[in-house]
Amino acid sequence: MDIKPILAALRHHKGGTALIALQIALTLAIVCNALFIIQQRLDRVGRPSGVQESDLFVIQNDWAQKLAPAEADARMRADLQTLRQLGSVQDASASNSFPLHGAGWDNFVRMSPDQVKMTTDSAIFFADEHTLATLGTRLAAGRNFRADEIGSQTGNDPLHARQVIISDGLARTLFPHGSALGKTIYTSNDQSPSTVIGITGTLQSHLTELWAQPYAYNAVLVPARLTGDSTFYLVRARPGQLVDAMRQAQDALYAQSRMRIIPADGGVMTFAQARQRAYDADYGMAILMGIISAVLLVITAAGIVGLTSFWVGQRRKQIGVRRALGARQRDILGYFLTENLLITLGGLLLGVVLAVALNLWLVIRLGSQPMSPLYLAGGVLLLLLLGQGAVLAPALKASRVPPVEATRSV
Amino acid sequence: MFGYYLQLALRSLGRNRVLTTLMVLALALGIGACITTLAVLRLLSGDPLPGRSAQLYYPQIDPYPKDGYVPGESKPQENLTWVDANELFAAHRAQRQALVALGSAKIQPRDAGGRPFFGDAVMTTAEFLPMVGAPFRYGGAWSAADDAAGARVVVIAGFLNQKLFGGANSVGRTLRLNGHDFRVVGVLDRFSPQPRFYAINLGRSYGDGDGVFLPLRAGRAVKLDPYSVSCWEAADIEHLETAPCMWLGLWVELPDAAAVANYKRFLDGYVREQIARGRFHRTDTALPDLMQWLRDENVVPDDARLQAGLAFGFLLICVTNTIGLLLAKCLRRSREIGVRRALGATRGAIFGQFMVEAAIVGLAGGLLGLVFAELGLWGIRHQPAEYAELARLDLSMFVFTFIVALLSALVAGLLPAWRACAVAPAPQLKSA
Repeated sequence: MDIKPILAALRHHKGGTALIALQIALTLAIVCNALFIIQQRLDRVGRPSGVQESDLFVIQNDWAQKLAPAEADARMRADLQTLRQLGSVQDASASNSFPLHGAGWDNFVRMSPDQVKMTTDSAIFFADEHTLATLGTRLAAGRNFRADEIGSQTGNDPLHARQVIISDGLARTLFPHGSALGKTIYTSNDQSPSTVIGITGTLQSHLTELWAQPYAYNAVLVPARLTGDSTFYLVRARPGQLVDAMRQAQDALYAQSRMRIIPADGGVMTFAQARQRAYDADYGMAILMGIISAVLLVITAAGIVGLTSFWVGQRRKQIGVRRALGARQRDILGYFLTENLLITLGGLLLGVVLAVALNLWLVIRLGSQPMSPLYLAGGVLLLLLLGQGAVLAPALKASRVPPVEATRSV
Repeated sequence: MFGYYLQLALRSLGRNRVLTTLMVLALALGIGACITTLAVLRLLSGDPLPGRSAQLYYPQIDPYPKDGYVPGESKPQENLTWVDANELFAAHRAQRQALVALGSAKIQPRDAGGRPFFGDAVMTTAEFLPMVGAPFRYGGAWSAADDAAGARVVVIAGFLNQKLFGGANSVGRTLRLNGHDFRVVGVLDRFSPQPRFYAINLGRSYGDGDGVFLPLRAGRAVKLDPYSVSCWEAADIEHLETAPCMWLGLWVELPDAAAVANYKRFLDGYVREQIARGRFHRTDTALPDLMQWLRDENVVPDDARLQAGLAFGFLLICVTNTIGLLLAKCLRRSREIGVRRALGATRGAIFGQFMVEAAIVGLAGGLLGLVFAELGLWGIRHQPAEYAELARLDLSMFVFTFIVALLSALVAGLLPAWRACAVAPAPQLKSA
């Protein structure tokens, strides 16, 4: 196919050509970036928590009055006892926070007592010998806490745990070469070391924000109950008895003592709900980007169909002349497809520049990540196919213009 | 003449139903997306106290130790320590001023069956409510003497009064907070600045507003703990008044630029004095006004900005699309234009005719866009974000929608209309 006559014809439609090209360029810029954002968000949402999430639920328990630490500890133990005795409950444990919760306690972790800068940041989860079983988190190496190792402390006391269990993410960050088991680390401001007695499988931190991405799998389990104004009870129901367990647990706690407040809204929630809450904004963003991309592609395709149809209508006579002079239907079809290909390629050239510029803006202004060129390539391919697909119907119509059209004066 | 253009435009639009629908729909989607995201941005970056915010300032200093200090590279802290807050407060260099800390109070209903619940409590000083213009339904604020004495008095929000006292005048009644009796001295009408500027660093800035307002000392006496405490070294947070911790905000009312400059000098002087005494090591101070403080705290989340930016890109594409389609339409009608020109229509008349056509597309797009925007906002109201339920279209946004729609359509119409009026009549007539 000779493209010279096509280029000559395009010169007569500068306005329309430029508009389609511009529209394709803008569409490419937005769709690539939108797809990239969707993929980033879905990556985040799809991360494993390291927790067996089905049959797990969380109770937020606020004490209705100020309690002395010893009193609060005694009540927590009594509550846990009550929960574990319920028929529908498999295991229960108390903690200050839990994976994906968003709020919690995170500390700098250091390798030596005189180190000024942190090695990394990690979630601090208060735990007992039931915590791993309740969460359904695997112990990859070492041993679990023993019942006699579990202490109690307030948020005001310095954190000095002689033994800790750490997540494998933290273990690999702190000890990239060799096992962390038996090594010592420093998990708080004071100078007392903690010995690593166990390493869990994957275990996610409570931190879900973007800035915390590098620390998302760092967790230290501290063998103590944290006494204070409130606590979370993590409860694993027996398989399939989640609904019963949630109802029974709340009733049992109130039966045990009324001097507590379990918030009506979100005071008892399944782990699935906690996960939903953590990632709601990401789901929302991904869905919005998806809708915008889809609508944009439809609008651009419709614009191409509309404009090309007009061109075909305008050129019926010329098409007739070409057909009369021996051009086959195939040639006419090829003409319009090639014309569209040229316009699309021109648009995509500009679009690639715009897409990279938009991504750069996102990186600078919103701290997003640089887009992989794969998305650009994907977007280019998508729009090429879209352009050819959109032009097909008008081009087929053009190819069916009979040669006799050449003799008509209208 | 306009009537005639209208008639021509409608006939032309009616001739190509599919195309017209496509143009209107595309424009409407672009406008709907833009207005939805703009409404959210406007909500998020709105002025919580219109008319007052320009006179409210937030003094900031930096009590951090010297370690790691590089002059000019750190920002002053978000909150003040008890000591500094009280010194600055006692100096009373502003027209009105108030200390603020937000906490959670346990509120106990009087009836025996009612379970106690937690409500947001603002610990503050006497001038806070008058200074921010909180409207009272019953009673009024407490006095400076109550502040000093730590009197157990409380001002409650209208919704709490409804819940606890059935909406009756509860001034003089008692309310149990953290297990202690407080006397109600005032009941507020609806008061919920959006965002709640005095709690902005807590990330709980939108919604119904706070339940109770009480004197700072009284709140501390009944062990009300502030939500936001940051300490620069190991601290005994049971005794915040002496701990190296920051947890109080100070709001000052400064009527004019001279007062602001004066206060800034006072603040700098205070810091220099503290450095001389060896208490402070860092000279940075700041005195942002309310709106600047909100910007400093990044009240508008990045996601909202991203969405608005994308919506504008979307509208741009829709407008490009409309230009292309209008252009194609007008070029197809070259013959009609030629005939009209030959019969005496001026270029201006042709231009007008095509702009009317574009304006009709714009108005229809705007109308439909409004429907889409309402739909979009309805979607946002069902999102979990805490500002979500406040997302609504007000009258100004409503008018704005139409202006945007009309403008986009007219911009889209310019090129085609210009091309149309440039059509030379003779060749068109010849070929016919």
